Amino acid sequence: MHGVRNAAPWLLSPFLMIMGVFFAAPLLLVVGYSFMTAHYPGGVEFPLTLDAYVKIFYDTDFDGNKVFDPSFLLICWKSLKLAGLCTILCLRAGFPMAYFMATRPPQQRNLWMMLVTIPFWTNLLIRTYSWILILRDEGLVNNILMSTGITSSPITLMCSDFAVGLGLLYSYLPFMVLPIYANLERMDWRLVEAASDLYATRWQTLRKVTIPLTMPGILAGSILVFIPSIGSFLAPQLLGCGQQMMLGNKIENLFGQGGDWPFGSAASVALMIIVMIGLMIMSRRGGIKELV
Amino acid sequence: MILKTMSSGLVIQTVSKTFPSPTGPVRAVDNVSLTIQPNEFFTLLGPSGCGKTTLLRMIAGLDIPTSGSILLDNQDIAPLPAYQRPVNTVFQSYALFPHMTVTDNIAFGMKMQGKPKTEIDKAVKEALALVRLDDKGERMPAQLSGGQQQRVALARALVNHPKILLLDESLSALDYKLRKEMQIELKRLQRETGITFIFVTHDQDEALSMSDRIAVMEKGNVAQIGTPQEIYDRPATRFVADFIGICNFVKASSLGLNDNCDIGFRPEDASFTVGRGMGKGNIRHINYRGAVTHYIIELEGGETITLSEDDPQNVEVNDAVSLVIPPERLIRCTA
Ligand SMILES: Nc1ncnc2c1ncn2[C@@H]1O[C@H](COP(=O)(O)OP(=O)(O)OP(=O)(O)O)[C@@H](O)[C@H]1O
Ligand SMILES: [Mg+2]
Repeated sequence: MHGVRNAAPWLLSPFLMIMGVFFAAPLLLVVGYSFMTAHYPGGVEFPLTLDAYVKIFYDTDFDGNKVFDPSFLLICWKSLKLAGLCTILCLRAGFPMAYFMATRPPQQRNLWMMLVTIPFWTNLLIRTYSWILILRDEGLVNNILMSTGITSSPITLMCSDFAVGLGLLYSYLPFMVLPIYANLERMDWRLVEAASDLYATRWQTLRKVTIPLTMPGILAGSILVFIPSIGSFLAPQLLGCGQQMMLGNKIENLFGQGGDWPFGSAASVALMIIVMIGLMIMSRRGGIKELV
Repeated sequence: MILKTMSSGLVIQTVSKTFPSPTGPVRAVDNVSLTIQPNEFFTLLGPSGCGKTTLLRMIAGLDIPTSGSILLDNQDIAPLPAYQRPVNTVFQSYALFPHMTVTDNIAFGMKMQGKPKTEIDKAVKEALALVRLDDKGERMPAQLSGGQQQRVALARALVNHPKILLLDESLSALDYKLRKEMQIELKRLQRETGITFIFVTHDQDEALSMSDRIAVMEKGNVAQIGTPQEIYDRPATRFVADFIGICNFVKASSLGLNDNCDIGFRPEDASFTVGRGMGKGNIRHINYRGAVTHYIIELEGGETITLSEDDPQNVEVNDAVSLVIPPERLIRCTA
């Protein structure tokens, strides 16, 4: 007993080290950078300053005056909106998919699961590019619309919020389906029978029994969709043509061409705060219930 | 009263249920026909796997019969989904909703039917008192013992006042004392509410003491239907005789009878004497059991039988004895 207890911290040390190297250190670095002075065109230097955070709200005009500039806040808002919308749509589409899969005979379920994971076999970049082929003016959708005579000229689908949202939905749908499926598959379906024995219609059973019991899966799926989609970079870049900027693009821009690392770091901190707020809203169970 | 005689209860007509399985189809219920009277306490009794739960599930609407029909008060309920049938079930596995308190579990059925809240609150309170869980209303099911969970399941079904209450081994998790109390409570409820009870049990004592009628099931078939006394005294088959109570079966010739089938008799129906009797044998064991004493006797043909006597007899192991059985207590089974 004594020996085991002494060994515990030692056994934990690889875990703590990995957490330190991969999790804490980059985070601290980012937070640290955000309080430093920009060294153009890249890098940081002393002295410590709050300049980067001021830039979130204000711009400096030619005379050196600070003027309120909502452009960054608008990007935050747009990211939040798109990610939230993407989460809701993934949930709306993913729950029925997961339900369908979980109610197949056991032998068939693995096949369905494999089908859901097929997109992962190809790199996300390539898959996002292929959406361009589908959505662009000479793309698949417009070709079909025009050859069937539904429209005479191409509808512009690319470079819009719609295209970005579609790309996000497509990219992250499996992250919603899989946890919900795992949850539903373990569910005790006898409870569903008990509900129908107790006068609950199928819809009432879904609302009062199945969904509440699947809440852990729904929550996990929502987090797995919301976090990567709010910081998403590829879909807005490629499908939004860089015009529909989201936080991920702004941060990339600040670290890259913009060369303002402290502002980029402050933007990352802002992203983390937005994610945390989003998670807090979601983990209040009611929040998710309303989405369903 | 007039209404009661007009309604014709539950009629099960040539119902079968076949399940597919890797080793070929399984006939869980095979051509069963039963009529259950309104407000009857009807028991399905039989060994594990004989199809009791499957039959209940078809009445509840959770399984669809492969063939046959089920009529409730002259109406075919086959097209009705489970949630439209005036039938509630106390499940073998309880199936309590783990995310709801005991109170919410019990209120569930009435809420789904859109009953007014005041009515629900009152009924739930009464149901909780009935199953002696007044102080456990705010607990979650996981915080209750198995027996308490079973009582919640009972309350959850009863509170809806269904026409038929299906109970699948609903007292099996209770300790002896509580079980006896609940048996009396259930009988009282059944008399007072006018609800038809269809009760599934493994326990023959429970079946004999509580039921108006019993159907003994064997491998998906009904072996016999009758009052407890009919089933005990005149079992239709050897299987029924064996399943209900203890029954000795010996060759007719061992009892000095001229017949080529086996003859059965209950341990308490036979006695022995050192004088002349029906068959000869030797006492091999004497088991004192308190209220009764069991005598294990080996007959001359080598068959071993058990007799029970209320008062210890003045005999010893290896004594030679003869059996005395009133002829009307002999059981001649057709199968
Ligand atoms: N869903 C199913 N699929 C395949 N076979 C089934 C299914 N349900 C029941 N069976 C089979 O049907 C037969 C009857 O089962 P049932 O559950 O009705 O028995 P039971 O009399 O209730 O037994 P117990 O007393 O153990 O509860 C069993 O052989 C069982 O294996
Ligand atoms: Mg059963």
